[in-house]
Amino acid sequence: MRRFAAAAVLLAAPLSLAAALWFGSVDLAPREWLETIAGGGSDTSREIVWGLRAPRALAAFAVGALLAVAGTLLQVLLRNPLADPTILGVSGGAAVGAMAGLLLAWPGWAVQIAALAGACAAAGALLALALRLTGWNIHRVLLTGVAIGAACGAVVSLLLALAPPGRLHGMLFWLLGDLSGAEHPLAPWIAAAVVVAASQALAPRLDALALGTLKARSLGVAVGATQTVAFLAATIATVAAVLVAGAIGFVGLVVPHALRLAGFGGHRRLVPLAALAGGALLTAADTLARSVVAPLEFPVGAVTALVGVPVLLALLARSR
Amino acid sequence: MLAAGGLTLAVPGRTLVVDLDLRLAPGDCCAVLGKNGAGKTSLLLALAGLATPAAGTVRLGDAPIASRPRREVARRVGILLQDETESFWGTTLEYALLGRFAHATAPFGGDAAGEAAARSALAEVDLAAHAEQPYRTLSGGERQRARLAQLIVQSPEAWLLDEPLAHLDLGHQAATMRLAARLAAAGGAVIMALHEPLWAARVCSRAVLLYDSGRFQEGPVQDVLTQSNLERLYGCRLEPAHRDGTPLFLPAS
Repeated sequence: MRRFAAAAVLLAAPLSLAAALWFGSVDLAPREWLETIAGGGSDTSREIVWGLRAPRALAAFAVGALLAVAGTLLQVLLRNPLADPTILGVSGGAAVGAMAGLLLAWPGWAVQIAALAGACAAAGALLALALRLTGWNIHRVLLTGVAIGAACGAVVSLLLALAPPGRLHGMLFWLLGDLSGAEHPLAPWIAAAVVVAASQALAPRLDALALGTLKARSLGVAVGATQTVAFLAATIATVAAVLVAGAIGFVGLVVPHALRLAGFGGHRRLVPLAALAGGALLTAADTLARSVVAPLEFPVGAVTALVGVPVLLALLARSR
Repeated sequence: MLAAGGLTLAVPGRTLVVDLDLRLAPGDCCAVLGKNGAGKTSLLLALAGLATPAAGTVRLGDAPIASRPRREVARRVGILLQDETESFWGTTLEYALLGRFAHATAPFGGDAAGEAAARSALAEVDLAAHAEQPYRTLSGGERQRARLAQLIVQSPEAWLLDEPLAHLDLGHQAATMRLAARLAAAGGAVIMALHEPLWAARVCSRAVLLYDSGRFQEGPVQDVLTQSNLERLYGCRLEPAHRDGTPLFLPAS
């Protein structure tokens, strides 16, 4: 089971990227696609594959990796199996900023800055309310994050109600997760590299932390420092993912659980596999989202759930 | 090696122990006895530096334990915690390997010496056949032994065992007590919270009795484990029995 799962993840990563370069609103013949991949092909096919599809596929992969690793970290940190990147309210804060920007018809870069400001405000509120006042009382952090998220959700609903019909579509797509604006994969890849490296370095500490803070301290883990670094890494990952792709749910929740059910308990393997599996899942979902009803697009967040739920349910049914 | 001075322990609304002095030296084997809620666990947590006492200090070597980095403490002081509610997703071997954390130098890559230590520790607690089994599928008693194996992998100098016999069948209780005696004989300092005075009398050289309202009594087992002391400690009548010179106390029917 473990070997099979690891092989499946290692294969899925390159396959999802290859599929993302092949499929889309314009059909490419297999030969044409192969020639283009090899560096040849016509100007049009080169532009489609390398100019349009490759940046978006790479961005999707990095965002998926960020979400899955953030979910892995938060599930250990908050010792709650339902924790995912939306639970800290950070993506809710980003949503408020983005909705305000979209409602006012700001240009794309200004919407990004508004989303970043919203995310920082939510993370700051969480730090000030939960961490500074109570130390690392996990239940307080969790409840504070959920409360901030709920408040942001209420504001988002109000902004949606105020929105003129013409702008509603873009706002809804942002909320459901949308990679159509993702043209610059470099920034999310840098964020993903930093977050995966930090999480990998924390891996033995995370293993111990999963047994509870008292146990982790008895084993020699500096618990406070570990929690702070893991929290920062999860927050950076969430913010980076949200800024590129909006609020994509489910990847951060389902990928770590699926891998744990497949037998990967230790974080030294879980973290890199989660990054690869999350990247592959989101890349595949985005490819489906933009090619099934081309030239229309589905919101990718809905597709991640449709692809991911059956995998999780099958694993749940099979595991003891 | 581990010394408590003027230790006062309290939980909200209740004082458990007042002004306790306790020294643990290599070769010591000390039992902590008392009713439920008497402060046995609080005492062990304070000795491990995992809880801050209401007053007094715990010193590890020549420095307060609270001032030392956790990693350094974990190399010298290990504690078997009474309950672990958290789930662990890996195998029993991986669980035992977590005891290596304080010693491991390479966070990346394998740890062959650690794995060998973990396998031999699992063999020592009779779990060798369960090494590759997921930890969460173990029974209560098997988990207790896996926790013990993890502590063996941690290989501290001071062994703080909180109810090491919990969930264990009679055979494994005896094996665990033999292990505690071996650890002390090999130069470890052992202190354990027990509910059965018999094991304290058989295995330990000293005992600490924690009475209600902060009073305590400490001394060699043959002096401390008397019928009157234990009746007062547990608040129930006992009937004495003797076998091979070891006093045995059974609850009066």
